[in-house]
Amino acid sequence: MFLLLPFDSLIVNLLGISLTVLFTLLLVFIIVPAIFGVSFGIRKLYMKTLLKIFAWATLRMERGAKEKNHQLYKPYTNGIIAKDPTSLEEEIKEIRRSGSTKALDNTPEFELSDIFYFCRKGMETIMDDEVTKRFSAEELESWNLLSRTNYNFQYISLRLTVLWGLGVLIRYCFLLPLRIALAFTGISLLVVGTTMVGYLPNGRFKEFLSKHVHLMCYRICVRALTAIITYHDRKNRPKNGGICVANHTSPIDVIILASDGYYAMVGQVHGGLMGVIQRAVVKACPHVWFERSEVKDRHLVAKRLTEHVRDKSKLPILIFPEGTCINNTSVMMFKKGSFEIGATVYPVAIKYDPQFGDAFWNSSKYGMVTYLLRMMTSWAIVCSVWYLPPMTRETDEDAVQFANRVKSAIARQGGLVDLLWDGGLKREKVKDTFKEEQQKLYSKMIVGNHEDRSRS
Amino acid sequence: MGSCSSHAASIPDWDDIRRETGFSQASLVRLHHRFRALDCNKKGYLCRMDLQQIGALAVNPLGDRIIDSFFPDGSHSVDFRGFVRILAHFRPVEDEGTGIRDPKEPEPLNSRMNKLRFAFQLYDLDRDGKISRHEMLQVLRLMVGAQVTEEQLESIADRTVQEADEDGDGAVSFLEFAKTLEKMNVEQKMSIRILK
Repeated sequence: MFLLLPFDSLIVNLLGISLTVLFTLLLVFIIVPAIFGVSFGIRKLYMKTLLKIFAWATLRMERGAKEKNHQLYKPYTNGIIAKDPTSLEEEIKEIRRSGSTKALDNTPEFELSDIFYFCRKGMETIMDDEVTKRFSAEELESWNLLSRTNYNFQYISLRLTVLWGLGVLIRYCFLLPLRIALAFTGISLLVVGTTMVGYLPNGRFKEFLSKHVHLMCYRICVRALTAIITYHDRKNRPKNGGICVANHTSPIDVIILASDGYYAMVGQVHGGLMGVIQRAVVKACPHVWFERSEVKDRHLVAKRLTEHVRDKSKLPILIFPEGTCINNTSVMMFKKGSFEIGATVYPVAIKYDPQFGDAFWNSSKYGMVTYLLRMMTSWAIVCSVWYLPPMTRETDEDAVQFANRVKSAIARQGGLVDLLWDGGLKREKVKDTFKEEQQKLYSKMIVGNHEDRSRS
Repeated sequence: MGSCSSHAASIPDWDDIRRETGFSQASLVRLHHRFRALDCNKKGYLCRMDLQQIGALAVNPLGDRIIDSFFPDGSHSVDFRGFVRILAHFRPVEDEGTGIRDPKEPEPLNSRMNKLRFAFQLYDLDRDGKISRHEMLQVLRLMVGAQVTEEQLESIADRTVQEADEDGDGAVSFLEFAKTLEKMNVEQKMSIRILK
């Protein structure tokens, strides 16, 4: 036992040296570039290497499956059933036509076979509907060496298992501590920096410092997640007095946008760590935080936002009109509140590449801490951000139409499906007005319009 | 949702289910995936609420009736086997060669008669084997909502029952129902194809 003592001190020394080296590397390669906004390109290289490894892994799995004469489970993002996009009227006429030999004129009537249309449509939605699948993580075509995305466990060979084990080691023992250290640095710098800037008198110097403190800390946080972001069309970046709207996938969206631009955040006051951060940043620049009770009052919210955008010296507001996190395959209904204010809207489309790590926050499944841990143990968060040209409300359109126009532009740019459904559907039941529309269409077919009624 | 594999072996009794419903292994895997997606709290079975949360089903005028068909005999939960058994009614009919079916084997769930029987059950709420005028009225009311007056609906219901009713008992039995629809291409209109 006594012989181990000299070895002990050796080990301690080695540990000390490696930690020092690690932190020097951290400082030189990560934090200093973050402060100045430059990049060495290490992350892009990392991404390319990973892609090659993933392609190899998928090939091995396919080979393994072929040996056993099975088919790999391939997820379908467009739905699992064949659908005909015909309208209610056409379908029911088709059904009636196939069921009777008598000449079909346009007299409104009821047939027993009409029920088949509703029956089949109902069954189709049970098998596959547009909304439910938007609230679970997107399924990948090829495996990315994370056990959380594997659907074909039984086709993994020994080599692949070793590779996966190596991946786990790298992610949990090297990347995770590194990322946690960076996140800690970033957040503490943000809180301390903004509080210090808050003591300065208002003026151009304070603004300048505040902007750079914010940007620097967000950039460190971006590196804490190993987020590899590609910005497109930066000339369309939001200007003062405008509102920036984007599709919402996770809380990380905020960090991604804020590391490239200086925004005023809008949100509810939280407790805990979030609350500390919120109270600190509002000292340096005027963010808009609402108390929980104020959030329900839509007029108050609208009033405060309008006041903010009218003041041209204030920063552009960042808003996510969907109101909830969607899994980044589609864009759901935009709440019209932000579009009623009358400011210029700067749409931004954010599209994540789930290959390296799925950023979607399934709030019904994971809490915030579990979510962040999952983010920090993925390979990377890769996304593209498109700044779209600014839009304003036309004179002949109302807030809802304007919201839909912006939504379509964002969906088109990001390659996402444009849905009319409300994201709140994952928590509440759908409104009856949609059902009434269907009922109206059908009643026209069996009793006709008001003008026809005088005939019978 | 992503970490469990939906391999056929993870579905209990999958071989029995395959034989009973006629679904291919690939289709069963997809349906099992869907079953687990609908099962919010990972209970292993579905309750009415799980189906009611599907937005597109809630706006279907017959949505509630369709959901009821998954819970026969007053039960409150449906396991995967029951789920697939109902969906099997909508499996497309393949050309298996008519008349060569083994008479001892039960009729396949997606036969023309079984498809018609499924539709009949949507009308016949009390399961007495007949669609009475009252039941016809109820279904009509569901499909048109508040858009049509009571008198108009009653006249439509009367006319429909009269046209279909052959033995004059004032109600439509299953055989009369099937006879009215004998020319209809039920196999095609009541089929949903699952992509391979």
